[in-house]
Amino acid sequence: MSEASPAKAYALHLGVIALLFVLSFVLPDYYHGLLARIMVLAVFAMGYNMLFGYVGLLSLGHAMFFGAGLYGAGLAVIQLGWSVPLAFLGGIACGAVLALVIGLLALRTTGVAFMIVTMMFAQVFYLLILYFATWTGGDQGQVVPQPARVLNFGTTSLDLTNPTVRYMSALALFSLVLLVTLAIVRSRYGRVLVAIRENEERTKMLGYDTFSNKLIAVVVSGTICAASGAAYALLFGYVGSSFASVQYSILPLLWVLLGGAATTLGPLIGTVFMYYVIDVTSGYTSAYLLIVGVALILLVLFFPKGILGTARQRWLGWLP
Amino acid sequence: MTPLLTTKGLSRHFGGLRAVDGVDFTLMPGEIRAVIGPNGAGKTTFVSLVSGRIQPSSGAIVFDGADITGLPAYIRVRQGIAYTFQITSVFANLSTYDNVALPVQRTLSDGRSKGAVKAGVMTALERTGLADRAHMPAGQLSYGHQRLLEVAMGLALKPRLLILDEPTQGLADSEIDNFITLVREIAKNATVLLIEHNMPVVMQLADRITVFNAGKILAEGTPEAIRENAAVQEAYLGTAP
Repeated sequence: MSEASPAKAYALHLGVIALLFVLSFVLPDYYHGLLARIMVLAVFAMGYNMLFGYVGLLSLGHAMFFGAGLYGAGLAVIQLGWSVPLAFLGGIACGAVLALVIGLLALRTTGVAFMIVTMMFAQVFYLLILYFATWTGGDQGQVVPQPARVLNFGTTSLDLTNPTVRYMSALALFSLVLLVTLAIVRSRYGRVLVAIRENEERTKMLGYDTFSNKLIAVVVSGTICAASGAAYALLFGYVGSSFASVQYSILPLLWVLLGGAATTLGPLIGTVFMYYVIDVTSGYTSAYLLIVGVALILLVLFFPKGILGTARQRWLGWLP
Repeated sequence: MTPLLTTKGLSRHFGGLRAVDGVDFTLMPGEIRAVIGPNGAGKTTFVSLVSGRIQPSSGAIVFDGADITGLPAYIRVRQGIAYTFQITSVFANLSTYDNVALPVQRTLSDGRSKGAVKAGVMTALERTGLADRAHMPAGQLSYGHQRLLEVAMGLALKPRLLILDEPTQGLADSEIDNFITLVREIAKNATVLLIEHNMPVVMQLADRITVFNAGKILAEGTPEAIRENAAVQEAYLGTAP
């Protein structure tokens, strides 16, 4: 948003992407697979952050956008036999259309009512998946068969079940979304979104149609989340209703809060942190959720604006 | 000459309270008009109706020949009605620069160039004397400077009608002098509707004064005529026992 230090910000983001690229060659197998998953879920968190962090709209229903991408892409492959790129785009389109419809309805409310309305729509989405179990596989879910998860370019083909291909695909999506969100929040449109978050009434009195601006933000946010869901289905080969449950609406909120709302890199940091803590603690005790809880409480006490949010406030004012 | 703004029978009731009650008001282009009146006279409600922040119970508002009664506030702003808030409501967490960039970037018609936003912002900041504070968070400005920032944001909208709601409230005397100069300059390109309690400011600035009392227009005229008006004195000072 600010005019200062764009070079620094872009250098940092490119540095993070480069680091993730290098990690692909040094990480042991287990962490390699985990990080690929984390990058895809961080895209989900970035989509959530777009709406929650920058516009200040707290949705409790983003699992439906992730789910729309997941099922849109997964079922296109399983039921319709679409190719991977087509299914990926189909999943994204599902999320974009769903976000447009939900946005038109839910944006008539604000605050707590917005949370409840989005949560209810997500619940409807979840129940529809269970209801149409014949196609969706219901609560069992479905596996996207391995032969279908191959990208063909003429004579060469990329097998998405190959760990390196999978990691690099996840990294490509992550990098693209990261740079797009960075560009959005530094743009004039990003400035308007923050203004709406800070004082919607005042923004209207500067001549902005806040409803349309918020609607665009919902669609962008939903589309990014759907891209994450679609990538998840195609890269990890499983489509299940638990990904559309309320838990997956809460998780991105948690990741974003941990990493720092309204920071571009916060969603990645939050997602990594959460997975890392769970991974380490579950190695020592079966009561690892207790330790995760304590870690969260400590974080809220000492980093109330999330890890990067607090860092920006205290030391690094230029962080986007 | 056609009036810039007219209202016909404009009313707004809050329950049983007639905050604005059948107001017929006319404002000519290029005027500096002051609106005065005792507390609770309906001044702020009246300008809120004009700017579209609240909807009237009845009556009509005509701006530059077109009926705008049903238009939402943001479209009125785009047509040239800018409103600066009585209670300072700058974006406290954004920089002074970003506060002004918001109205500037919207009024730019030529579009994309970053230089145009910057030039527009710095012009507005220089006119209000805030240029050297461009990168401070607006919330850290002194109260007087926040009032000026409100005006800078209004200016940046390039309004045809600028509504200033108690702009000098909380300003020091030295700041008020600068403010009067500023409003005179703004009035060269825009019509100004000014709600003000500070009578010396009103007397120096206004071409005409409209006096509100109990939701109605009590009197209207030149500053001299208003000063001599018995009904106005009564409304402000009470009747002689």
